[in-house]
Parts: sequence; C-alpha cells; structure tokens
Amino acid sequence: MRNVLSVYVHNQPGVLVRVASMFSRREFNIDSLAVGVTQSPERSRITVVVQGDEGLVDQMIKQLEKMPDVVAVQRLDKDSAVFRGLTMIKVKADDTNRLDVLKMAELFRAHVIDVQKTTLIFEITGDDDKVTAFVQLLSPYGVLEVIRTGLIGLERGEHTIKEHCEEREYYGKNLL
Amino acid sequence: MRINGAQAVLESLKQEGVDVIFGYPGGVVLPLYDEIYKMKFPHILVRHEQGAALAADGYARATGEVGVCLSTSGPGCTNLVTGIATAYMDSIPLVCFTGQVATSVIGKDSFQEADICGITTPITKHNYLVKRPEDLLRTIKEAFFIARTGRPGPVVVDIATDVFRAEMDFDYPEEVHLKGYSGLFKGEECAIDAAVEALLQAKRPLAFVGGGVTLADEAEDLRAVIKKAGIPVCSTLMGLGCVDPDTEAYLGMAGMHGSYAANMAITGCDLLIGIGVRFDDRVTGVVKEFAPEAKIVHFDIDAAELNKNVRVDYPVLGDLNWSLPRFAKKLAACGVDLPARFASWREKIAAMHASHPFSYQKRNGVIMPQQVIETAARLSGDDTIFVTDVGQHQMWAAQFCPVSAPRHFLTSGGLGTMGYGLPAAIGAKIGRPKQKVVLFTGDGSIMMNCQEMATAADNGVDVKIVVLHNHLLGMVAQWQRMFYEHHYSQSQLHGHTDLVKLAEAMGVAGVHVEKPEDLEKALSDALSREGAVLIDVMVPEDADVLPMVPGGKRLDEMILEQEAAK
Repeated sequence: MRNVLSVYVHNQPGVLVRVASMFSRREFNIDSLAVGVTQSPERSRITVVVQGDEGLVDQMIKQLEKMPDVVAVQRLDKDSAVFRGLTMIKVKADDTNRLDVLKMAELFRAHVIDVQKTTLIFEITGDDDKVTAFVQLLSPYGVLEVIRTGLIGLERGEHTIKEHCEEREYYGKNLL
Repeated sequence: MRINGAQAVLESLKQEGVDVIFGYPGGVVLPLYDEIYKMKFPHILVRHEQGAALAADGYARATGEVGVCLSTSGPGCTNLVTGIATAYMDSIPLVCFTGQVATSVIGKDSFQEADICGITTPITKHNYLVKRPEDLLRTIKEAFFIARTGRPGPVVVDIATDVFRAEMDFDYPEEVHLKGYSGLFKGEECAIDAAVEALLQAKRPLAFVGGGVTLADEAEDLRAVIKKAGIPVCSTLMGLGCVDPDTEAYLGMAGMHGSYAANMAITGCDLLIGIGVRFDDRVTGVVKEFAPEAKIVHFDIDAAELNKNVRVDYPVLGDLNWSLPRFAKKLAACGVDLPARFASWREKIAAMHASHPFSYQKRNGVIMPQQVIETAARLSGDDTIFVTDVGQHQMWAAQFCPVSAPRHFLTSGGLGTMGYGLPAAIGAKIGRPKQKVVLFTGDGSIMMNCQEMATAADNGVDVKIVVLHNHLLGMVAQWQRMFYEHHYSQSQLHGHTDLVKLAEAMGVAGVHVEKPEDLEKALSDALSREGAVLIDVMVPEDADVLPMVPGGKRLDEMILEQEAAK
C-alpha cells in the first residue's frame, strides 16, 4: 500500500540524513523522497512516499515523531490531499517526426522545455500511471533519459500541518 | 565575565550537576584539558575511550544521573561508539563530548577527523556538531535535557576545537525550547481505566516488568501495584531488582534463559501487563506465538514501542511516574479484593516456580559457576551493586543473584557488549562510593577491557572482579555444543593467560581459586579486603545455561536442567 507522509522538520544541517537513516535502518522502504523549504525559513518539509500496511506506517510515524528534529508528521490521504511530482523526459526527435511527438505531448499536457536539433525535453506532472503511459508512447522514438522528483502533497482546505504541531504539544507537554 | 569556550563547557557541566568526567585526552581537546587542569575538574583517566563511555554508562545506571564522557576527535570518538550503542539499546542517559577538528578544516579529511555525528546518528537519541561559539551553551543545555528526559538515551556533542578557544559570556540558558520534542509527559486517564477494566475481566493475569521501571525510578509504585493486584510477576533482564525477589509468586527472569514458571506463565496467562518493557526477541521467543492466550496491556513512555514487536490490546502511553501511581490508586479503589480473586492462579504459578527453580548439579572436586555467583552474592551483603559482562556468567548472575533493589544489577542487555563489565563497575563505584561493587565476568569478557584494571588501580577504585574462568567463550561454546555438533570453532581460550599476573601487573590484587573447599574463604577474604581485587575462579568447561529456549522456538519449548541432565 502506498502512503504519503509529510514531515515538518527543523531546517538544520543533517536533518535529511537522520530521517533517511532512520528509514533505512528500520527496513522501511522509501519509494520517493522530496525535501524543500517552507514559508518559514526555520522549517523544511520532507515528503516521503512509503510502502507498508497500517501497522508499519503507524510505526514509521511514531519513529519520526520521536526525533528531536521533527516538529510534526502528517499522513496525507489520497482523497483529502493533492499531490504533484515532476518528471522530465528527453526524447529523440528531429525534423521528420518532431510534430508527431509534440502532438502526443499535447494530449498528455506535457510542456516542452528544451528543443535541440535532434532532441526534445518535456516536463510533465501527474500520477505515475499517466507518466508511465506517456513514456511508453514515446519509446518508439527513442527515450534518452527520464528523471523524476519525489512526490509532494498538501491537504485540501484550511487544514495545515501546523495543527499537528499543536496536537503534539498538547500530548507532549513538558512537566519539568 | 568573558571566558573561553573550554571554560564554558566545564561551567555548563557544573550547572548540570556533573561531578565527574570519564575521558581520555588528545590533540583537539587540549584546550579543554587545560581548563580541566586549571579548574581541577574531577576527571577519571581511562585507558581506552570505550572504557570512558562504558564507565559513564555504569555511573548513570548506578546513580540515575547523566553519565559524561569525553574524547578527542577521530579514533578517540570512534572508540566511544560501542559504549554509545550500549547506552542507546538500554536507554541510558549519557552526554558524550567529543572534540572535532577546527571548523576551517572540517570536511578536508584532516588529521584525526571523523564525522562522529554521521557515525552515531543511528545509535544516539540525538547529536550535535557545534561550530559556532554562540551555539555552545544552548547545545549543552539541550543535550542534557534530551539525554535525561522522556525515554533517556545517549547524546553526542561534537565541538570544533576553535570553539574551545573562542571568547564568550557565560550565560547558561535556564530553559530549553525544543518544538516537537516531548520530555516527561502524561497520557490519557481513560487508558488506565481500560487497563484496570482488563484486569477485572482477567482470570490469569501476569505482570511483566522491565528496565523502564528502573529508568523512571518507579519500583515503589510498581511494588504497590503488584501488591494490590495480587498477581504473579516476572521480569526482563533489565528489570531485575524492580520487584523484591521475596515477593509471593515472583518468577524471576523470563525469556531465553528465564525461569520455567515465568515462561509457562507467559504462555498460559490471559492478560499480560507489560510495564516498561519492549518485548525484545530474547524475551518473546518466536514472537507470533508469544503469550498466545493473552490480551496485552503495555505501559510505556515511548509511543513507538507500542505495537512494535507484539500487538497491544490496551496501550497506556505516558511516563510511568504518571501512570503507575494512578494505576495503583485505581486498583485500590476498584472495590474488588483482587489478591483474593487471583489467589488460586497465583498459588498455582508460585508452586510451579517452587518445583522448577533455577537449579544446577553440583559436582565433586570442581567449582560450579552458579555456585560462585550464589556464594559471592551471599557474602556481598544487601546493598551490593552487581555488574556483569556478557555471556554465560551474565545469565547465571541473572538467575542466581537475588537483586533486591533497582540500580543494583548493571548489565548490557540490549547490545550485549562483551567488555562492558569492568569499566561499568568502575563507573558505578565512582558514582556510589559507599556501596560494594561486585563484577561477574568471564575469561573472554574480561580481556575485552582488561586495560581498565589500571584505571581502577590508579584511582583507588574498589571493585571486586569475579572471573568465571572456563577457558572458553562459554555462550558461543554452549551453542556450538547444542546446535553445531560440538564444533568449538574459535571459542577455546587455551589457558596461557594468567589473569592473576595480569591483574598484579596493573596494580590490582589477584587471587586464584580452583578447589571447592577454598571458594568460600577466598571470596570472603577478597570481598572484605580494601581496594580492587581480581578473583580468578576455575570452573568446568561444559556447564550450560539452562533453562534455554532455542532460537525460533516458543517460550514453553524450553530445554530444562532436569532433561539435560538425563
């Protein structure tokens, strides 16, 4: 089962290593991982796509929440969140077939970001199935390189990951 | 007042109540050692950095305070690694200071440079690299806070050498601001109500206690719970001492080398109340068949422990300081005479334990290892701290040493670190100078950190080192005997090492014992003598630790002493 976890962390050196190292040593499999800054310069957000059943994902969340660098963890649900990942595809195309390739790209809403004499580079967003289908259709022309970013996602509506911080602070109230 | 970073580190340690550092100097920590010299800060010079980390660990286990060790960069800090991992596996609060090369040369493969934060990330609760003087004090404050709060653990503070020389104002923070980190915390009242209700519904409940009780200093409340509930109770290796061994239906240690009654009670109970345990594989046997008839209650401070290894029906998340007193109170107020209700079950289990105690066959003319433990424990007196190394002697100590209070049995449980014992015993004695400290070790384990006998001698640390000398790596040999057709592959120590001479060479008195009739007197003389003594006791090669649950078996599939004797 595919799960998307959004991890709100202190923007400090070494945080990504800690998170990735925890996943690897506990044998949690990562499908993709994306990290970047947020609206606050003190925080970064790591989006991890992982495989696992309910129990395993629960364990991943708890292990993440234990780390002093992790401020909050949110599990993004397919129905209540939106997801994007970017793929870039370099395909062979010259004067003889460039128009055919471009037509196909239009169908998939892929954008051309580079045109050379014998190649094109597309960018395309969307789910795995769509991207895979596009790459398959391009393959007869000669796909030279495909590269993908990790998935990122946000919950729809006014909810934000910060509510999870507040919830954690309530449970984690220091008595000292 | 402006002071330098090195002074600031030591002033911070004073603020944190640190009264001793276990360490070893080297290049990049020279500025700090100069201030230790000037300030006369209490410091124990070990003979290997691993000894520093393990001594700090022993100190922390014996006292409940944070243990502090110090090493230089590169090989100094990599030598700490085994000690740090030992503390991590058993949730022991340590702050390990390491020097790092100067900020200007970090990352250039400089002399004695090692990325200790990278190396220790998987074995620390948290770690820090301090490169800016303005981060130093906040970092030290946070390190101690993280090490000692919540589920304790080791924290590494790696400090670039130029930070020791930087000038700063000493303004030690009073508070920490760690968004997202929980220290001590309360859970939800209804979780405790559910646990009480589960106990009221149960017919065959069993308590199962672990090291978390010691870490939370909650043995008293635990004992109140056991008394009010009137249920049988067993312990993990780490939990020994939390329950008074004289308690009715106390079954001792459970698990791979646990008691017959403890393992049968776990298999037969209908409610297992785990308190401060983590259901390690050495205690569960094959985990799918662990406590097959039981609902499981689990009290723990660490949410990630709930449902990690076994399925938990009634999780009680929160600090045991919060949950155990409430649980005891609610049991008292439930209006049911629980000890009367569980009397027949309790008596049945107690009778089972009485008919299958830990036992061994004495032999003519040789000293049995279990006999050494029993005799030494009897002669040592009540308030003795027992320390063990790792292997057969460790399990015999767990079986035959009556541990009457928490922090009186120090052993490397999770990591199983051979070489743990001697430095940990030194740390324990320094932390608890008025208590007697007795180490049980083997001729394999003692050699792993034997250099620390010099530390004990130099510092006048009075530890009694009892070596169960069988010329073998005993536990390895036992497995080879049982499961590898007696192929003693690389497990034999051929007896050319004279441990008495080794001890004497380092300034520790040595005594050699071979005959059963000499054992009592030799131990009693050695234990009553001032200063460190090594007692080298010859024991047979073929003694097994029993009962034993072989790997991959259920807890009730034990090999027993009686069966093995046939």
